[in-house]
Amino acid sequence: MADLTKTYDVLVIGGGNAALCAAISARRAGASVLVLEHAPREFRGGNSRHTRNLRAMHTAPTSVLTEAYREDEYWEDLLRVTGGNTDETLARMTIRATAEVLPWMEECGVRFQPSLSGTLSLSRTNAFFLGGGKALVNAYYVTAERLGVDVLYDSEVTALELADGVVRSATVTCRGFPATVRAKAVVASSGGFQANIGWLKRYWGEAADNFIIRGTPYAKGRILDSLLAQGVQQAGDPTQCHAVAIDARSPKFDGGIVTRLDCVPFSIVVNRNAQRFYDEGEDFWPKRYAIWGRLVAQQPGQIAYSIIDSKAVELFMPSVFPPVKAGSIEELAGKLTLDPAALERTVNEYNAAVRSGTFDTTTLDDCRTDGITPPKTHWARPIDIAPFYAYPLRPGITFTYLGVKIDERARVLMQDGRPAKNLFAAGEIMAGNILGRGYLAGFGMAIGTVFGRIAGKEAATYAYH
Amino acid sequence: MRTTEALEDARRALEICNACRYCEGFCAVFPAMEKRRAFSNGDLSYLANLCHNCRGCYHACQYAPPHEFGINLPKSFAELRVETYEEYAWPRPMARLLRRNGLVVSIVTALALAGVLLGAMLLQAPDLLYGTHTGPGAFYAVVPHSVMVALGSVTFLFVLFALGMGFANFWRDTGGRAAELTRGRPLRQALSDVLTLRHLGGQHGCNDRDETFSTARRRFHHALFYGFFACFASTGVATLYHVLFGWEAPYGLFSLPVLLGTFGGLGIAVGTAGMLWLKLTGDQVPTAKRLMGTEVAFLALLALTAVSGLLLLALRSTGAMGIALAVHLGFVLSLFLLMPYSKFVHGVYRAAALLRYALEREPAPTPAPVAVPAAAEPPIDIVRLARARSAEENTQPLGRSTPNPAAGD
Ligand code: HEM
Ligand code: SF4
Ligand code: SF4
Repeated sequence: MADLTKTYDVLVIGGGNAALCAAISARRAGASVLVLEHAPREFRGGNSRHTRNLRAMHTAPTSVLTEAYREDEYWEDLLRVTGGNTDETLARMTIRATAEVLPWMEECGVRFQPSLSGTLSLSRTNAFFLGGGKALVNAYYVTAERLGVDVLYDSEVTALELADGVVRSATVTCRGFPATVRAKAVVASSGGFQANIGWLKRYWGEAADNFIIRGTPYAKGRILDSLLAQGVQQAGDPTQCHAVAIDARSPKFDGGIVTRLDCVPFSIVVNRNAQRFYDEGEDFWPKRYAIWGRLVAQQPGQIAYSIIDSKAVELFMPSVFPPVKAGSIEELAGKLTLDPAALERTVNEYNAAVRSGTFDTTTLDDCRTDGITPPKTHWARPIDIAPFYAYPLRPGITFTYLGVKIDERARVLMQDGRPAKNLFAAGEIMAGNILGRGYLAGFGMAIGTVFGRIAGKEAATYAYH
Repeated sequence: MRTTEALEDARRALEICNACRYCEGFCAVFPAMEKRRAFSNGDLSYLANLCHNCRGCYHACQYAPPHEFGINLPKSFAELRVETYEEYAWPRPMARLLRRNGLVVSIVTALALAGVLLGAMLLQAPDLLYGTHTGPGAFYAVVPHSVMVALGSVTFLFVLFALGMGFANFWRDTGGRAAELTRGRPLRQALSDVLTLRHLGGQHGCNDRDETFSTARRRFHHALFYGFFACFASTGVATLYHVLFGWEAPYGLFSLPVLLGTFGGLGIAVGTAGMLWLKLTGDQVPTAKRLMGTEVAFLALLALTAVSGLLLLALRSTGAMGIALAVHLGFVLSLFLLMPYSKFVHGVYRAAALLRYALEREPAPTPAPVAVPAAAEPPIDIVRLARARSAEENTQPLGRSTPNPAAGD
C-alpha cells in the first residue's frame, strides 16, 4: 500500500508513458517507488492516452516493423521537422536507444499490431500499439503494480523544494488533502503546461480562451513552473506550442484524435467575417495541417469555417461530428451565424476564379484559382452543388515545447550548468531538448520511453549509493 | 433491423470509432467498420453480431466512460445484439417472452416437461418408474422408445427450421444474397473462425475480467462448445447403434456414446461454471446489466442439462433412474425447444456474421450486378482512398489512417 509518510527511494511525478517507464525501471533496479498521478484512475496516463505508436530505429525487419529504418534516416527526418532545433547528441542517443525498446516494452506487457505491410504506411518507421496508447498505459500499470510499485491517483504534486541542487521534498495534494512527500530521488515526468490556459495566455493573450486542448486536462505544468522558478535551466521555446485546426465543437479537453478534420484542402476556409485568409490547397494536408492551428488562432474570435459542397464530402476521413448541412450558401451562412451576403460574395468570387483542371487528390493537381487573394493553388473546384456542408474550426493545442534542460543521464541541469543531484526528468517535460520545433509522429513516445528508462535507472542508482 | 435506442447508440459510437480506428488490430469489427462511412441498420446488426464481446476495445478506449463521449462498444453491441435476436426470431413473439423472464421460463419449461413425462409414466405403471432396470432397453422400460424418438425428432426439426428462418432473416437484413453462401473459401474461413474463436482475444487473449489479458473465456467457451457437440454426437451415435445394429441403450461405460456424453457433459459443466464465474467476477462496466437474466438463464439451462445427464449416468442402475431420466429428458427438451429464442442463437448469428466478414474480405471475382437491398449502404472504399499512396511513401498520405511523420498521430 502506498504510504505518504514513508521515504521512498524514488518518487515519480506523473502517470504517463515516461513516468511508468521510469517507475518500472527504478523498481526493477531494486528501488522502492511511489508514483503520484494527478488524474483519477479512469483518466490516468496523461497524453500517452491519446498516442498510438512509437518511432523505432531498426536495421532489419521485425515482427512489427517492415524493412529498415536506420539511425541516419531517422536523424534526417528529425532534423527536417525541427529545422535544426534539436540537440544532436541527445537526439542520436534517443534514436539509437529506440532500437532496443520494443522487446523491453513487450516484456512489460505492451502489445503491438503486426506489421501490415501496405496498409499502414508507417509500419516501416513506427510500431503501433495494439489498441493505442491507453492500452499501452494499462499494460504498464499492470506491470508496475505487479512489481510492487505504489501508485496514487488523484494526487497532484504542486511543488518541489529544491536547495543546492537537491530536491528535499514534494508538496502534494492527495485526494484533496495536503501532504509532504520525501524521497531519495525524484523523477519529474509530469508533462508540459498546455492544459494551463492561464499560462498559455502569457504568450497568446485572451485568444487562449478559445483554444481547445486536444489531450489531458491534467498537464498544468506546475512542476515545470516550480523548477524553472528555482534555478533550473529551461529548454525549448516557451512561446511555442503544437497546434492544429480541429472541430470547434470538440470538448475543451481530451478530444483526442477524432476531433481532427481533414477537409481543408477540398474546401474554402473563411473566418468570422466570411473572408478567406489562406491558401487551402497549398500542399498535401499532412504537410500543412500543423500550420492551421496557428492560422485559425490569428483570426478574429479564433474561429474559422471550412466549407465544401456535396462533391467533396467523401474525399476525407470521417470525423467525430457531422458537418453543418444546408441547401444553399445563404442557409449555411445562417446556420453558422455568418453574414449571408458576405459568404455568398466570397463563394461566388472563388467560384469565378476557379480554373478547371484534372482533379486528383493523390497529386498536387492543376485545379487552381486565378486572380483572387489568397489563391487556392490545388484541388480548387467550384462550390456549387447542394447540399453544402461546413465544419467549424478552432485551434487545438497538442503540446507545449517548454521544458527543463537535461543531460544524457536524464539529470536536470541547473542554471550554472551543473546537474541537480537527485532530480531526473523524462517525457514531455524535457522533450524540448530534442524536439525544439515541429513534430514527428511517434517521437514523443520514443523520447518518453528512452528517457523514462534512463531516469528510472539513474534515480534508483542514486538512491542506493 | 428496426431503429431503436440501442441501435442509435451503437451508430453514434461507431461513427466516433471510425474517426479514431485505434482499435483496428483487435478484431474483425474494425476492418469491417472501416469499409463503411455511414452505417445502415443492417450494417449495425452485422457488426454487433461480429463482435465477440472480448472487451479489448473498451479497456483500450480513451473515450470510455466517464469520458463525455462514453464509448463502450461491448456494452452497446450486447444491447443491440439481443434486439437483433428478437428481430430475426421465428416466430417473433416467442423471443420477447424469453428476454423478459429467461431463467424462470427455461426452468419451468424443463420441470413441466419432466413432470409430464413422469405423470405419463405414473399413469402407465408406477412400479416401472421406481423399479431398477438394467441391461439393453432399460431406459425404454421407463420412457418408451417411440415416445423418445417422436419427441426428439419433432423438437429437433422444429428447432432446425426456426434457426434456419432466423439465419435467413439475418442474412437478408444485413444485405446478403443466397448465391454467396456457396463460395468455398470464405465458408472455410468462417468455419475456422467459429471453431477456433479466433476473434475472441486473438493471439493475445481478451480482457475477461479487467485490463489484464487472459484466454480463460475462450477456453471455457471451447469446453462448452465442443462439449455440446460431443453430447450431440453421443445422441447421434446412439441413434445409429439402435437403428443400424439394433443395439439398445444403456451402453457400457466405455462405449462411444457414453464416452462422448461423459466428456461432453463435463465440458459443458466446466464451461458454464467458468463462464458464470467470469461473468460474476468481471468488470461490470462493459457489460449490459439488463441482459444478465437471459445470459444466466442460458448458462443455467445448459449446466442443468449437463449435470442431469451426468447424474443419470451415475444413477442408471438404481431405483432413482426413472426420475433422473425424466428430469434429464425434460432439460434436454427444454434446451432445444427454447433454443431459437435463447442466447443459443448467438452461435447462428455470430457464425453468419463471420461468414459475411469472410465474404467481404474476399470479394467475388466477378461481382454479379445484383441490386443491393436498401438496407445495405454500398460500401465506399475510403480505406483504399485514404491509403492510396501509402505503401512506401509516408510523407504524403491523404487520410488519417496513413499517419505521417509530420502528423500528431
Ligand atoms: C456456432 C458458433 C458459435 C460462436 C461463433 C460463438 C461465439 C461466442 C462468443 C464470442 C461468446 C462470448 C460473447 C458473449 O458473451 O456474448 C459466446 C458466449 C457464449 N456461448 Fe457461444 N458461440 C458459438 C456457439 C455456441 C454453442 C453451440 C454454445 C453452447 C451450446 C455456446 C454457448 C455459449 C454461452 C453459454 C455463452 C455465454 C457466456 C456468457 O454469457 O458469458 N456457444 N459465444
Ligand atoms: S473503441 Fe475507442 S479507441 Fe477504439 S476505435 Fe473506438 S473510439 Fe477509438
Ligand atoms: S469487444 Fe472485442 S470483439 Fe467486440 S468490438 Fe470490441 S474488440 Fe471487437
